[in-house]
Amino acid sequence: MFRFTTGTILAGSLALAAAAEAREIKVGFIAPKSGGAAQLGDQLEKGARLYIKLHAKELGGDTIKLIVRDSKRPGGPIAKAAAQELIAREKVEILGGVIFSPNAMSIAPLATAAKVPFVVMNAGTSWITTLSPNIARVSFTMWQAGFIMGEHAANALGCKTAISGYTNYPPGKDSVAAFKRGFEGAGGKVIDSIPMGGPREAPDFTPFFQRVKDKNPNCFYVFVPGGNHAAGASKTFVALGMKQAGIKFIGPGDLTHDLQLQSIGPAIAGTTIAIHYHADLENPVNAAYRKAFKAEYGKDAVNDFVSVGGYDGMAAVFHIIKSAKGGKITADSAIKALRGWTHDSPRGKISIDPVTRDIVQNIYVAEVVDDNGTLRHKTLKTIEAVKDKCKELKIGRCGK
Amino acid sequence: MTGSPPRTNNGAAAALLRAHRFRAIELIPWILAIAVYFLFPGYRLLATQILVLILFAISLDLIVGYAGIVSLGHAAFFGTGAYTAALLADAGWQEPISALALGAVTAGLLGWVSGWIILRTRELTLLMLTMALGIILYELAKDLDDITGGFDGINFENSAILGLFPFDVLYYTTNYWYAFAFLVLGFLVARTVVYAPFGRSLVGIRENVRRMHAIGTPVQQRMRHVYVIAAMIAGVAGAIWVQVQGNITIGVYEFEMSGNILIMLILGGTGRLYGAFVGVTVFTILENLTETVLGTDPPYWELVVGVALIVTVLFAPRGLLGVFDPLIRRFRERTP
Repeated sequence: MFRFTTGTILAGSLALAAAAEAREIKVGFIAPKSGGAAQLGDQLEKGARLYIKLHAKELGGDTIKLIVRDSKRPGGPIAKAAAQELIAREKVEILGGVIFSPNAMSIAPLATAAKVPFVVMNAGTSWITTLSPNIARVSFTMWQAGFIMGEHAANALGCKTAISGYTNYPPGKDSVAAFKRGFEGAGGKVIDSIPMGGPREAPDFTPFFQRVKDKNPNCFYVFVPGGNHAAGASKTFVALGMKQAGIKFIGPGDLTHDLQLQSIGPAIAGTTIAIHYHADLENPVNAAYRKAFKAEYGKDAVNDFVSVGGYDGMAAVFHIIKSAKGGKITADSAIKALRGWTHDSPRGKISIDPVTRDIVQNIYVAEVVDDNGTLRHKTLKTIEAVKDKCKELKIGRCGK
Repeated sequence: MTGSPPRTNNGAAAALLRAHRFRAIELIPWILAIAVYFLFPGYRLLATQILVLILFAISLDLIVGYAGIVSLGHAAFFGTGAYTAALLADAGWQEPISALALGAVTAGLLGWVSGWIILRTRELTLLMLTMALGIILYELAKDLDDITGGFDGINFENSAILGLFPFDVLYYTTNYWYAFAFLVLGFLVARTVVYAPFGRSLVGIRENVRRMHAIGTPVQQRMRHVYVIAAMIAGVAGAIWVQVQGNITIGVYEFEMSGNILIMLILGGTGRLYGAFVGVTVFTILENLTETVLGTDPPYWELVVGVALIVTVLFAPRGLLGVFDPLIRRFRERTP
C-alpha cells in the first residue's frame, strides 16, 4: 500500500515536472528575404521578433523558435516547398508570415492537411481565409481601406464623380473594386477606371493622368505600390496642375506607405488616404511600439503597417500558445482560441471575426501633411471595427 | 575478291554503334532519385519539383543542346501544358493523366504554330522571338485572370491516379512517383530521339547547317519536328508541375522560368541529357537550401548561386558534367 502511494506520488510529480518543463515551440515564418520585396519581409520579421522579445516572459519559461524561410518570389512553388519542409522536417506547430497572397494560397492546402494553424500576417487578397479552415488573418484586406475611402470621398469630400487608376495586379484590382462599391453605394459615380502598368516598373504616368484631367472628375483614386510608383504618380499629379483644376487626389494607404513616404517628396502633401495603420497614429500602444521599434532597430527604422502585421501576428501566436496551456497545439484548438480574439494593437483595438477568421479593425482616414520638411500622416477620422467587405457582400470568389 | 566490305576506321563505327546502349553508370541518377524519396521526406516537395524541372530541362536540351536552337521562352510550352492541366482540373476534369496528355497536345500545337515563324529566323532574332512568345503568353494569362487566376493563381484538386493513388498534399508520396514515372518516360523518349538517325541529323544541323543542306537533309522540317517534340515534353513537365502542387500562378509563364531553366541546363552541360539532372539539382539545392545553412540575414543564396555560375563558366565551360570528359577520355585510352 505504501509503495503504491509513493509510486503514485512519484508518477504524479514526474507528470507535473514534465508539464512545467520549459517547452520550445517551433514557429515557421515564411517571408521574402531576397528579391524586390525583401524590405517588406524584413519589416514583417522585425515586427514579429520585437513582439517575441518584449513579451517572452508571458510564456512562463516556454520559448519560441522562429524558423525563417525565404519565399524569394511571389509565386507559389518556393514558399510551398518551404512550408512542406517546415511541417514535415522541422515539425513546426504554427505557420506564419507571408507577404504575398499567392504564397499564402499555395500554402493553404498544406495547413489543412497537416492540421497546422496558419497565421497570415500580411497577404491581403480577401478570399485567402476561405481556402483553409486553419487560416486566421491579422493583417488587412484590400477591401477594408478601399471601401471606406469610397464612402469618405462621396460623403465627406463631396465628390460626385471619380476616376480610379491602378497598378494592374490583384491588390490594385481589389482596391479599385472596393472603392467603386463604397463610392457608388454612397451615391457617387466612377466614370473611368484606368490600369497603369504592372508592379515591377513605375511607368510614365503622364498619359494616364492627362486622360483623367481631361475628364475632370471630382476625385481621383489612385492605387499604386509605395516607392517609385507613388513618387511618380504624385509628381505627375502636381506637374499636370490637377490640384489647381480642382481634382482631389485620394487613395488607400499603399500610396503613402510610411517606409517610402519621405522619398516621395513634398508633392504628396494634401493627399487623403484610408488605411488600417500609419506610423504617426496617436494612441498609447502605438507610442510605446514606435519607441520600442526605434530603440531596437535604430532611429531611422520605420514602424510601418507591415511591421505591425508581424507584431500582431506574433501576438496571435502567443495567444494560441497560451490558450493551449502546455498541451498540444492543434489547428482546431488554435483557431478556436483565435475566433473572437481581441487585442490592443498599435493600430487600436483589433479582433478576429469568429465566423470568417479574418481581421476586424479600425480604418483611419488621414491626410498627408508637410511638417517642416517631414511628411506625416494626420488622422482625420476613425471608422471603428471594419470587417472585410468582400466577404460581407459576397463578391466573386469571396462569396464561395 | 568478294566478301565483307572493307572495315576501315573500326573504332569510330563501333563507338557510334555503342553510343545508344545503356551503361551501368546511367543507373546512378535513378538510384539517387529513389534514395532521396526515402531519405528526405521533409524535402519531398522540393525533390518532386527537381524531378519535374529535370524533365523540363531535358526538353530544352533537345533544342538547345542537340539542334542548337537557343530559346529564352521555353516556359511558353511549360506554362501552356500547366494551364491546360490546371484549368481542366478547375473546370471539373480531374483525371490527371488525360489532362497531362492534353497539356502535351496544346503545348505541341503551340510549338508547331510558333515554330513555323520562329524557326525561320536564326540566332539573336530567334532568341528575341522565343522571348516575345513567352512574354505575350504571360501578359495574356495575367489579363485573363478571371479564368487563369492571374498573379494570385488558383488551387485545384485532381482525382486519384488511375483511380488508385490519390495525390498527397502533405508528404507528396504519390506525387513524387508520378513525377518520377514521367521523368523516366520523358527521358527515354528524349534518349531515343537523340540516338536515332533523326537526332544525329540534328547534331549535324547544329554543327554545320550548310553541309546538311548540301547533303539533302530537310533542315527546316527536322528543326520543326524537334521543336514540337521538345514543346510536348515541356508541356508534360508543366502539367506535372501544377498537378503535383495543386496550385498554379502566372509564375509558370514567367521569363524567370525560361531564363532559370536555361541557366540550369548550361550549368549541368548541354547536349548530353544528363546535364539536365546535374544542373537542375545543383541549382535548385543551392537556391533553396543555402538558407538552412547560412540563414536568411542576409540571404546568401543569390551570392552562392552567382559564384557557382561564374566558377562553372570559368573552369567548366562545358558544364559541370563536362568536367569529367577528360577523365573519361583518359580512362578509355588506358583500357582499349
